[in-house]
Formats: sequence, C-alpha cells, structure tokens
Amino acid sequence: MWSYLARRVLIGIPTLWAIITVCFFLMRLTPGGPFDSAAPVPPEILANLRARYHLDDPLWQQYLSYLWNLLHWDFGPSFKYKDFTVTELIAQGFPVSFQNGFAAILLAMVIGIPMGIAAALAQNTARDYTVSGIAMTGIVIPNFVMGQLLILIFGVWLKDTAVHLPAGGWNNGAFANRILPVITLALPFVAYLARITRGSMIEVMRANYVRTAKAKGLPFRAVVIHHALKSALTPVVTFLGPATAFILTGSMVVETIFQIPGIGRYFVQGALNRDYTLVMGVTILSAAIMILMNLLVDLLYGVLDPKVRYD
Amino acid sequence: MALLDVRNLTVRFDTPDGEVQAVSDLSFTMEKGECLGIVGESGSGKSQTFMAAMGLLADNGRATGDVLFGGANLLTAGEKQLNAIRGNKAAMVFQDHMTSLTPHMKVGRQMAEVLVRHRGLSAAAARDAAIAMLKRVQIPDPERRAAMYPHELSGGLRQRVMIAMSLLCHPELLIADEPTTALDVTVQALILDLIREVKEQDRTSVILITHDLGVVAGLADRVAVMYAGRIVELGDVAQIFAAPQHPYTQGLLACTPRLDDVGKVLKTISGQPPNLQRLPPGCAFAPRCPFKIAACAERPPLRPAAGGGLKACARDDIASINRAAS
Repeated sequence: MWSYLARRVLIGIPTLWAIITVCFFLMRLTPGGPFDSAAPVPPEILANLRARYHLDDPLWQQYLSYLWNLLHWDFGPSFKYKDFTVTELIAQGFPVSFQNGFAAILLAMVIGIPMGIAAALAQNTARDYTVSGIAMTGIVIPNFVMGQLLILIFGVWLKDTAVHLPAGGWNNGAFANRILPVITLALPFVAYLARITRGSMIEVMRANYVRTAKAKGLPFRAVVIHHALKSALTPVVTFLGPATAFILTGSMVVETIFQIPGIGRYFVQGALNRDYTLVMGVTILSAAIMILMNLLVDLLYGVLDPKVRYD
Repeated sequence: MALLDVRNLTVRFDTPDGEVQAVSDLSFTMEKGECLGIVGESGSGKSQTFMAAMGLLADNGRATGDVLFGGANLLTAGEKQLNAIRGNKAAMVFQDHMTSLTPHMKVGRQMAEVLVRHRGLSAAAARDAAIAMLKRVQIPDPERRAAMYPHELSGGLRQRVMIAMSLLCHPELLIADEPTTALDVTVQALILDLIREVKEQDRTSVILITHDLGVVAGLADRVAVMYAGRIVELGDVAQIFAAPQHPYTQGLLACTPRLDDVGKVLKTISGQPPNLQRLPPGCAFAPRCPFKIAACAERPPLRPAAGGGLKACARDDIASINRAAS
C-alpha cells in the first residue's frame, strides 16, 4: 500500500514535467507576445522589457532556467500583473476558487447521489421522470445562463424580501456572497451525478447478489444500503475524481459573472495576454490537482471493491 | 396439508418485443420431507416458477395465481410477511454461484446477516453459527474462509457457502436452482451429497431445479417435467425413468448420453422449443412430436397416467410405443 502510494507520487513527477514542457513550448509557439498591445510601445522600452524578462535569450535557455526556478519553488513574475509574482497571484486566488469548488462539489454529491438512487429505485415512475427532467435541465442550461438567472431571481426580483442574495462581489467571503456562485457551480454536477448514480444503481439492483440478498429476507433498505450501494458508487467515484479537480481550480465564467477573485479567470486572461508565467503557473497547479485526484480515485476503488489490490 | 401448494401460477414478462408468458397455469403440490425434481430445458419456465414464488421476479415480471406455503399466499403477501419467510422457512440457492454473493462483503458477514435478521442473534453469535455451518458443509478452515471475500474463494466453495447460508435457519423448504451447473464433477458430487444429507437428516423438503436428469435420478422422489411453461409430466422418479408417459420426457431420456453409446451420434429432439410470445393453441410440443395426432391441436390437460403419475398428452399408448421401439 505505502510503496504503491510512493510509486504513484513518483510517477506524477515525470507526468508533471511532460505537461510543463508541452505547455511551455506551446505558449511560445503561439503568435504574439506579452508586450503586444494596441498602443505601440517605443522600441527602446520594448527592448528593455524583453531584456528584463529574458525573452531574448535562446528558447532552450529560457526553458532550462524556468525549470531551474521551478525546482526552487519560483514560478516567476507575472507579465501582466507587473507587481505580482505568479505565486502571489495563485496564493491570493486559489483559496477562493478552492473553497467555492469544494463547497460546490460537496453540495452536488449531497443532492445528486441521493437523487440518482431515489430515481433508480422507482424506475419509470413519476419520481424517476422528475429526477431525469431535473438532471437534463441541469446539463443543458449553461452556467452563464444559470448564473444570470439566479442573479435575476435572488438579486433583483427578490431584492426586498428575506431571501434576497447579493448579485455579485466577494465581500471577503461572506456566506451570503458564496451561495449563488456555489449553486451555479454545483448544478451541472448535481445533474451529472444524478444521472450516473441512477444508471449504475439500476444495473446493480439487477445483479445476482442483490437477488440473493432479497432471497435472504433482508428488508429492502438493507439490501440497498449494504449490498447494492458500494458497487453502484464505483462509476460515481470515477466521475468525481476529474470533476473535482476541474471544479477546484475555479470557473472563469462563474467567477466573472459573480465578480469573485478566484483563479478561474487567469486561465483565459493569461492565455489571451500571453502571460507566459501565469499560464504555466495555473496549468501546473491544475495538473498537480488532477494527478492527485486520480490517485485518490484509485485509492477509493480499493475501499469500494476488495478485488482491487495495491502492490 | 401440503407444504407447498401452487395453483394456476402464470408468470408473464413485459418485454420490448411484447408479452412473454414464461409459466402458464401451473399447479402442483409438494409434501413435507419430499424432494421434487423440476426438469426442463432453458426457457421452460422452471426457474421463473420459483422466482415468482419467492417474490424475486425481475421488475418487468408479473405472477398470478396462488402459491400457498406455511399458511401464507406468497404471491399476495406483503413485503414484510414475505421477508419473514424468505431466508428463514424457505431458502433458495441459485445457479450463478460466481456472482450470487455480494463482492464487497466478507462471506462470514453475509451469512451472519441472515441469523441477525431472522433469529435476532448478536453479530458475534451469528458469526459463530455461520462458521459452524461452514464446517458442516465441509469447508476446510472455516474461520479463515469466513473472513474472506467471495472472489478469494473458488466456484465450488462459493456454492457451498451459498448452501450453508441457505441452511442457517433450518428452512422447511430449500429451493436449489441448478445448484451444480458449471461446477466440475467432483464438486458436483459434493454438493449433491450435501443436499441429500440435508434432505435425509434435517427432513428438509427440497426442490431441485435442473436440466440434468442424472442429478434428478439420484436425489428426487418425484419429478415434474416442464415444457414451454407447463408441466407435461409429473410422477415418481422411478416410474418416469422406467416408463415415461409423455413423448417429451421420452425424448429427454433418449438424449442422455450413455457410456455404452461409444461411437454413436448423440440423439437430439428435432426442432426448436416454441416462441413463448406466440404459443401454439394446442399442445406446445406437438410441432416436434413424432406421435402427433389430430387431437393434439387442442391443449391436453394434465391428467392421471398409467403408473400413478400425471401427464399432459392426448395419447395413452406412448409408453408402449416406446417399449416396442427399444
């Protein structure tokens, strides 16, 4: 078990290195640069800037020095936010995105999984169709529409009532300011989780061992909880791993709509601005989280299925 | 009073291709201590008859009729009443021994669950009783096996665990659905010995569902032969093997390979079993029957036959034709 864990973490290092390398050269191959702007910059200033950020060095040298700095936990200065290092930007924004994402994925699990189970156990009844309907709605409505809709309802129409919620802003993480963005983030995942749980639960309830459990005279509830649930959760965990990694690193759309100082916007803005170091920073962060979540999923398989062994 | 009294049992399944009638108007009774063999090919309805009785039909299945057992009608009993009987007075062993145990639960706990549920034992007492039962079905090293997951046991061991689990509450009725299918012959013999022991020592009534006539010959007191969802012949095992009264039973017996048949082509019953969605109006076996007569266009009722059994055949001279032929 421990050697498996150590091995997996070690394998993560070359994976991360490969991602860093690909991302580094892709960014540099993209036309344009960090100091292109609509207003022409005098050539002397441009030359100074390029020299300051070592952009005139040969590419391999820049690559090697970037790697060298990374080894010393130095992600470099941002090209656009000129008073900040990438580390500072991420340290400011990531906790915000992480908290929102974590709350959203928890909410999605607490609602989506029981919904899927309830639908599966009442297959092809009104309850099942209601859940499928909600799930379908959650999947087809994009979050930029859903976010605006929630703002319209809770921020505008209900403005003078007790359930009024702030239409945006962060307000140092006040609870009321978190509610709408977390719900917006969670809704599509509620929908996916309900669908996946429903499907796998229906399949497991037809398994021979569930029939055995029924034949033993166990009450239906015990059959579901002790005999069906664990197997039914396997595909749910498979989905949750990458989904969690994705949601923890913030959402550009949701953070923009609700004006939240997370890191979601850095992915898009960084790429548009050719903010090389910032893009590298957020890419490395999300890759590391993804690798971690995949490891967590593989460990959870072992909890759900005794056939999975780590050696 | 009979231990089990099945009256006019009909089982239907709604499928995307239409309704399938798996069991049609089936009636039989069974006495305490008896071993009844149920024989038939795949799709003859032999398993579904007892799935219906135990309330284990798939979601798209419906059963009508009466299944009387221990003063209750199993078909109309509520979930609670049914659950008090299942695993307790009536237990079932399934043919899919590889997949019939919950993969993520240790076998000892799966067994103990039955006693906790029906006998109200503590977890520890139930565990001890489960281990004792594993010992009884001759599983070596039962303490260690009880702490294992199903995938750590061989197929034969899993089936023995299933049988041990079904016997925990000393049921009055044990339904064994193809208990030896897909097991190698030595394990088959072990399982059959076990069932014989249960039947003889505990006076447990056994229903043995199988397509293996050899298994039936060795264990059953009476045999019901099923074809297309109906019983076509029912009688004492010796009587049926010696003088089968129905052409289908004859065909089945003729198909059984014998050791002294070296070099001969295996016999088969020509034709296919009927489509259960479109059963012929008359005798379902008539299209394949070499002794078909005009009267076969009407469905023959199950009626007393020579030798004391019952048969559903329009003719009375089948046994004598058979004797003349062989």
